[in-house]
Amino acid sequence: MWDYTDKVKEHFLNPRNVGEITDADAVGEVGSLACGDALKLFIKLDENKERIVDAKFQTFGCGSAIASSSALTEMVKGKTLDEALEITNQQIADFLGGLPEEKMHCSVMGQEALEVAIAKYRGVEAPVHGHGHDHVETEGELVCKCFGLTDVFLKKVIVSNKLTTAEQVTHFTKAGGACGGCIPKIKELIAEVLGEEKKAAAEKPAKLTNLRKMQLIQETLENEVRPQLWADGGDLELIDIDGSNVQVAFRKACAGCASSGYTAKFVEQKLRELVSPDITVQEVQG
Amino acid sequence: MREIYLDNNATTKVDERVFEEMRPYFCELYGNPSSMHFFGGQVQKKVDEARARVASLLGALPDEIVFTACGTESDNAAIRSALEVFPEKRHIITSRVEHPAVLTQCRNLSKRGYRVTELNVDGNGQLDLNELERLVDEDTAIVSLMYANNETGVIFPIEEAAKIVKKKGALFHTDAVQAVGKIPLNMAESAIDMLSLSGHKLHAPKGVGVLYVRRGTPFRPMLVGGHQERGRRAGTENTASIIAMGKACQLAEQYMADEAGRVREMRDRLERELTALIPNTRINGGGTERLPNTLSIAMEFVEGEGILLLLSEKGICASSGSACTSGSLEPSHVLRAMGVPFTCAHGSIRFSLSRFTTDDDIDAVIEALPPIIARLRAMSPFGREFLNK
Repeated sequence: MWDYTDKVKEHFLNPRNVGEITDADAVGEVGSLACGDALKLFIKLDENKERIVDAKFQTFGCGSAIASSSALTEMVKGKTLDEALEITNQQIADFLGGLPEEKMHCSVMGQEALEVAIAKYRGVEAPVHGHGHDHVETEGELVCKCFGLTDVFLKKVIVSNKLTTAEQVTHFTKAGGACGGCIPKIKELIAEVLGEEKKAAAEKPAKLTNLRKMQLIQETLENEVRPQLWADGGDLELIDIDGSNVQVAFRKACAGCASSGYTAKFVEQKLRELVSPDITVQEVQG
Repeated sequence: MREIYLDNNATTKVDERVFEEMRPYFCELYGNPSSMHFFGGQVQKKVDEARARVASLLGALPDEIVFTACGTESDNAAIRSALEVFPEKRHIITSRVEHPAVLTQCRNLSKRGYRVTELNVDGNGQLDLNELERLVDEDTAIVSLMYANNETGVIFPIEEAAKIVKKKGALFHTDAVQAVGKIPLNMAESAIDMLSLSGHKLHAPKGVGVLYVRRGTPFRPMLVGGHQERGRRAGTENTASIIAMGKACQLAEQYMADEAGRVREMRDRLERELTALIPNTRINGGGTERLPNTLSIAMEFVEGEGILLLLSEKGICASSGSACTSGSLEPSHVLRAMGVPFTCAHGSIRFSLSRFTTDDDIDAVIEALPPIIARLRAMSPFGREFLNK
């Protein structure tokens, strides 16, 4: 039996906002009977068409799909459309006190229906990722043929949920859960995303605030540098950070070691790579 | 809350008479049946008695009974044995609707160079024996087909299948885990070479199974290391559970008429009333012979997990062929093989009865299920045009 939280059970047993809004401003529909779950979301805006005043849903699906739909309709009420678009599937899951990982695709479906509804209301092309085989004008390349999911959609879910394994991608999107034929492709997508993130991380430091830079320096020293020094019986201590100048003192085997100059270079190289390219490391006695 | 247990194809209550029978063999009569002393010898006698009781239920000889740890082990042992017995044969035949204990094993073997044929079933979940006859050949080492399906209760024409297979010189195995104790079997007049059964499906505890191996059938053990079970399954006997298994088989023999009569009548009433009260349903396997205790009912435009959770709120325990309950993402392989339309494959619920099921239990389901389906359908975006007629 699934280990559902009390909140999931409560929202399944007493779902809020079931039904339809006949004069809805926006309707978003995702999923299909064949997929085993589907959600139709209705949104009503206020007179100025700014804020969501009412939301209702119809869902075909398991307990967590119904609970996620119920949670979503509660969460969007009172929000502007832009604010509603900020809602992530993780927030839907958090609202319910968490979902079993195998059921995360239910929260993704909710977030997706919301996006589709708002895009349709705004008259822009709905960000269709598949997940519903009928009338789909797909954006990107089809990866999972069984559930009709594209690379664009999968990459989005991988990034926003920080997924690192193909199994997780299946739990969050169903991709690869039927015939399994696309699992190698999913692994490639994950590798691609991880590669992009690394690159992004390398480019990011230019915009670092001083505070953030100091944090990153400390983290890098703790996680990347000191463990390597410990392996050789050495250690270092961070003495001061002055702008981009990092002052460290070597300890244990590193202290007074003839090759401490090289060690300082190693530390500098690490910090330049992971924090900011303008960092200099200076060895001080302290 | 009183539990209304209608999930007996998943597992059964240990009959209290069975439990009483096994109870002394933990703390008091704990001897090893292989020992030379009186203390082990008295346990050996009870193990022999259990073996005779199992044999009696199957119409078999006591030395044809091999005790194992579960139905899955029996299935695995039978198939592996056949492949060792006929190392030159590289073909295995099974069906698309087998239990994973057989199907997974066969699919793994297909990756190791074996040719595996999975027979199709029709819309009722029934086999085409002509297809079997056409496909079994001199290269076939073993054909493994289930006696009765765990999800739908559909009974295969196993005796006919066994005769076809024997003519081609292959071994025939059947997973009879769901059939034993529910319908009469008689190995004395059968062509079956090997047959698996499981204790916990017939009111014995979990952790004990049997592989029936016909006298004269070549056999290679999967577990080696001891002389137990005449060298066919090494390992110290699970004496208490084996003794329980014997008692359970003795009781099953006594209750066979109850299954065919009272249990079948309750199942039929449940089927009749649910079909009358709930629009847009179909009975999976309804057009062919089925076990007397199993009802698999498909309801359009709803999803099984929701049904089970709401039934569970009323104390009713059933199971579903839906994807969401199993953690897999597709509806059951059995329903898909049968071509059950996807409008109702996700909304299939299995009720499986036992000798402990009462008319009150059936009444409770008849009362609880129709409003649950109505409630979930009202929530579903599908099927309005059909259901509001």
